[in-house]
Amino acid sequence: MVTASALPPTEARIWQLLEEVSDPEVPVLSILDLGIVRAVAVAGEHVTVTITPTYSGCPAMSAIATDIRLRLLAEGYTQLIIKNQISPAWTTDWMSAAGRAKLEEYGIAPPIDGTATGHILNLFGQDTAVRCPLCKSAHTHLVSQFGSTACKALYQCDDCREPFDYFKCHA
Amino acid sequence: MLPTQPELTAASTATASPLFPFVLQLADTSLILAHRLSEWCGHGPVLEQDLALANIALDLLGEARSYYQYAAELEGQGRAEDDLAYLRPAVEYRNPLLVEQPNGDFAHTIVRQFLFDNFHYQLLKGLKDGPDARLASIAEKSLKEAAYHLKWSSEWMIRLGDGTPESRRRLDKAIATLWRFAGELTTPTATETQLQELGLVPDYAALRPAVQAHTAHVLAEATVPEPAPPFAQLGGKSGRHSEHLGYLLAELQYLQRTYPGLTW
Ligand SMILES: [Zn+2]
Repeated sequence: MVTASALPPTEARIWQLLEEVSDPEVPVLSILDLGIVRAVAVAGEHVTVTITPTYSGCPAMSAIATDIRLRLLAEGYTQLIIKNQISPAWTTDWMSAAGRAKLEEYGIAPPIDGTATGHILNLFGQDTAVRCPLCKSAHTHLVSQFGSTACKALYQCDDCREPFDYFKCHA
Repeated sequence: MLPTQPELTAASTATASPLFPFVLQLADTSLILAHRLSEWCGHGPVLEQDLALANIALDLLGEARSYYQYAAELEGQGRAEDDLAYLRPAVEYRNPLLVEQPNGDFAHTIVRQFLFDNFHYQLLKGLKDGPDARLASIAEKSLKEAAYHLKWSSEWMIRLGDGTPESRRRLDKAIATLWRFAGELTTPTATETQLQELGLVPDYAALRPAVQAHTAHVLAEATVPEPAPPFAQLGGKSGRHSEHLGYLLAELQYLQRTYPGLTW
């Protein structure tokens, strides 16, 4: 697969290639949709991509770093640095509009901005009404704040009764 | 009882930053609790709570890694995060006694988690605004996760306390066993006091009112009378551990001890 690149890398080209790298846990999302790529810097043959982890222990992060590396290597770019930057901390506000639409279509309710659980005294309170990605009803309830992966909560629809994942707001 | 170990101090190495022992203590604390929680995986009372326990374990493991990486750099002796996590004996671990206590039943795990989360949340708030940029950035990231943890353990305190006679009996038993370990969290060691005087670590006395207010709120909702403050059981942060830590580390460190240097 590795071909000698005819052209030196450009920032625009690198951004295009990053659009083709998907989140291993939510494969409909590219890492750009997810909002974890902070910066791309090109200096001659050298490419530096800076990414921000979603959750501290997210096991997808090392897979994503490897996938970025492999995608760029396949284009013949070999001088690569993938940097991790934890501050400012990732927030779901960085998720693109396209990403949110793709999530809902995939069956995961997208994050509703401004509803992060910052208020620890709001015990038993839940994020605002989350729309069921299947029947679009807003008549849903929180089953568990902790879902199948660190970034998701578990909800159930009270109309169509379907359980679904909610990509929880993290701000 | 284990012989008293001298505290790790800045003087132990010529070049190590004074923050090194404190960052290592934070790392050990998150790692040991993450390991305890991971022991629940596949054994939770219901699937959703099994997932919650595993999620919290993962968050704490991620946080521990950030601290170990930073500690390794602060020490500057060529040790990496894995060396610090896998190749130190129990007496060198600096986690408070609370987090090494065995899981017991679900109520026992919830009380341990609540005591930890309540302090952890306030500590991270303090570290986030602290002068050390790296520690502040780790705290900023972890604080978002810690808020979810505290909400979860607080809600379970209330469900169990104000639940059935059986859940209440178990919660009372866990409180009677574990409350004595809470004091160590806010009792500074000599190392911590030194760093607090330098302004690098938040003053625990200043964190205590918020910790106590939340405890009072949760216990009231749980219809549980506030226990009289017990004699605080100290030791872990100075390397004097209960026997439980040795067994835990035997499992946690098994692979690296058996196959030194093994990587994925
Ligand atoms: Zn529905």
